[in-house]
Amino acid sequence: MEKQAVLRMEHIMKIYSNGVVANEDVSLDLEEGEIHALLGENGAGKSTLMKVLFGIESPDEGKILLNGVETVIKSPQDAIAKGIGMVHQHFMLVSSLTVAENIILGVAPVKNLFLIDKKRAIQEAEAIAAKYNFNIDVTARVEEIPVGVKQKVEILKALYRGAKILILDEPTAVLTPQETNELFVQLEKLKENGHTVIFISHKLDEIKKICNRATIMRNGKSMGTYSVADMSTDDMSRLMVGRQVVLEFDKKPANRTETMLKVRDLIVHNSQGVQKIDHLSFDLKGGEILGIAGVEGNGQSELVEAITGLNKNYHGAVQIRGEDIRKKTIKEIRNMNLAHIPEDRMKSGCAGTLNILENMFSNQYDRKEFSGRLFLKSKKMQQKAQEWIKEYLVKCNSYKQNVGMLSGGNIQKVIVAREFSTGPDLIIANQPTRGIDVGASEFIRKRLLEFRDAGCAIILISADLNEVLSLSDRLAVMYKGRFASVFTEVEKVQEELLGQYMLGIKKDDRLEGAMYE
Amino acid sequence: MLNGIFSVEFVNSILRATTPILFATMASAVAAKAGICNMALEGMMLLSALFGVLFSAMGGGIFGTASGLSQFASFGFGFLLTVLVGGLIGLIFAFCILHMKADEILAAIALNLIASGGTVMILMAVAGEKGASSTIASVAAPKVVIPLIGSIPVLGEILSGQNLLTWLSILAVIVMHVFLYKTPMGLKIRAVGENKNAAESVGISARKIQYIALVISGMLASMGGFYLSGGYMNMFTREMAAGRGYIALAASSMGADTPVGGFLVSILFGIAQAVANLMQLTTIPMQLIQLIPYLTTLIGLGIYSYARMKRRKKLLSSE
Repeated sequence: MEKQAVLRMEHIMKIYSNGVVANEDVSLDLEEGEIHALLGENGAGKSTLMKVLFGIESPDEGKILLNGVETVIKSPQDAIAKGIGMVHQHFMLVSSLTVAENIILGVAPVKNLFLIDKKRAIQEAEAIAAKYNFNIDVTARVEEIPVGVKQKVEILKALYRGAKILILDEPTAVLTPQETNELFVQLEKLKENGHTVIFISHKLDEIKKICNRATIMRNGKSMGTYSVADMSTDDMSRLMVGRQVVLEFDKKPANRTETMLKVRDLIVHNSQGVQKIDHLSFDLKGGEILGIAGVEGNGQSELVEAITGLNKNYHGAVQIRGEDIRKKTIKEIRNMNLAHIPEDRMKSGCAGTLNILENMFSNQYDRKEFSGRLFLKSKKMQQKAQEWIKEYLVKCNSYKQNVGMLSGGNIQKVIVAREFSTGPDLIIANQPTRGIDVGASEFIRKRLLEFRDAGCAIILISADLNEVLSLSDRLAVMYKGRFASVFTEVEKVQEELLGQYMLGIKKDDRLEGAMYE
Repeated sequence: MLNGIFSVEFVNSILRATTPILFATMASAVAAKAGICNMALEGMMLLSALFGVLFSAMGGGIFGTASGLSQFASFGFGFLLTVLVGGLIGLIFAFCILHMKADEILAAIALNLIASGGTVMILMAVAGEKGASSTIASVAAPKVVIPLIGSIPVLGEILSGQNLLTWLSILAVIVMHVFLYKTPMGLKIRAVGENKNAAESVGISARKIQYIALVISGMLASMGGFYLSGGYMNMFTREMAAGRGYIALAASSMGADTPVGGFLVSILFGIAQAVANLMQLTTIPMQLIQLIPYLTTLIGLGIYSYARMKRRKKLLSSE
């Protein structure tokens, strides 16, 4: 039985002003009531295609047909009016407002001519939540609700505005396995109600689980639309990257050396005074990777800030090679051969308006090799930058290109090149492969393993469970500022079990032996 | 001195000093809620103080000043025109920073400097004077005499006989509170100020909202400016805003940019100003006394920051 196409994008061509061909003759058709995966590496053109659909970018060629009628979508407002909703990867919510207020924002019901009808706003928000089986307290403030619920609010926002087509941009990136399952149940429900969902994801098994069809993109072109049931994840990844991605690594057994990092009784509060780390203790030896899994916001960022010296407002002790670092400046700590790949690459990882070379040297411009008494040794730096660009496979025109112009994966490679080129003994990698393409992720993971084999101590914090499971020698789960559990035999860990620890359903009490002596 | 503090006259003098700051604080609050620091308040007030004199004199020319009614009409004409121009100044400021993407602080400094020199220039052109508008026959805002209540001792003396604009400034607090927290537009303003992207994701044009907020901010600031030359004094003198725009920025910030919070802090600054006025009767050097309102601002901001820091520290140590 042929279902009706609610949306057709035909032969979309989009060339950005800097000459990048983001979409080349891409076509996409959506059937009513399907979950359609849009799959592709970073920079493959998925985002551009969705921006065209949502009215953020206008296509240079091609047309869009909504329910068979050719339409021009001028702006996001226009897209919303035409029944297209988008749930962005980074939530677009106002934290100090309630869930209901966020849902009705911009289309608030009014009483007495000019006052917001608060009661009706709550009723309407509750009604729409109930209709789609979203179990949500609409009077809660957004800043107080967990990530999974925030995402529900985003979906409700779109539905409240009458969205028939929902674009979900990597919706599971921040969710626990349990929350992901819950989301999938709700997506099924949306499907039953006749909504059509575009599901953007890197996670092949999720696509396999929930999507009906998948359109695969590579290098700005569509590699075709396939029925998911007829494809294996191997097929998908081959179409996506043009080669098989090795998710299994050849990992030698860990060869542990001396203790590099010692954390004892660490207590950290955030700027609002909320306790984020609660008596945390652990040791880390050279030659091992300590993976830290956990839902975001359970103290991971605070832990990194304490170890890297970004925050000194903590109780307890942090020692690197037996030396207490509390009194040391960030620079001094870094000079103890510490490398840090920060969680937010645009905010604290790089300076977007500076070029690749300048970013690569921001941590080592003052090394004797590169700096004279008064002036920098530009020749030497240029030579090194070119070397690193080659070594780390950074896709760019030259080292003079601004980092902000690169794709996410290439920005991350610039940062990794900078951090790894100093020859670290201790690497703090916080979400090193978040939101970057499979090729770049694989590259970074391999480098991490190489450093481990060379005797480097590594902390790997990641929301990608596959990543921590395949790389870690020890895997700790963080929940509410504590380690809920530690696994020493990482190969045997089930994702489900991990999820239970991540959500605080399970908790182990005695971790001394596994985490520290 | 003490006698002075416990007199009805002192309360009145507080209200007189609070009124212009209160208007400007509301102006700052609405801009801040939309995510803009409106440092141009100072210039907006100064310009409006001059326009108030000019427009109300113009009103006097049209309606005359013979009867109470014609005086009120002249005032009303001048006030409305001033507020309109205040909105226009807000619009121009908004155009500079939102459309032309000028830095909001630099644009504000430019506007304040234009106001500072421009008012003197206009005054010179219109009245041939450089210091004050004493030759211009402007019409001040009327006082509100409440018939029966006025005869009650103390309370009546305070409630009755206040300047119309003082009442209006208190009304502005209530209106701004309702506007920001109870109306759809207020919700949009707060959303834009806190998270522009979130607001835009639901189809709200952040730029439009900020335009609206700045026009309202300009109108409120102009009311404060009008009061300076048509209530607090009865003429325009050069630099008569005297830092009130900046004081209002501090007041608004200390009041967490809420109308009610700003109101309470404004009164504090009004008291400081009133004390300074009173102390002019003593032998303490004038220059020291004139320092009081500004010193209060500095100390106030200091205490505010200290309290916030302490609160954080206390939370940190309570494990």
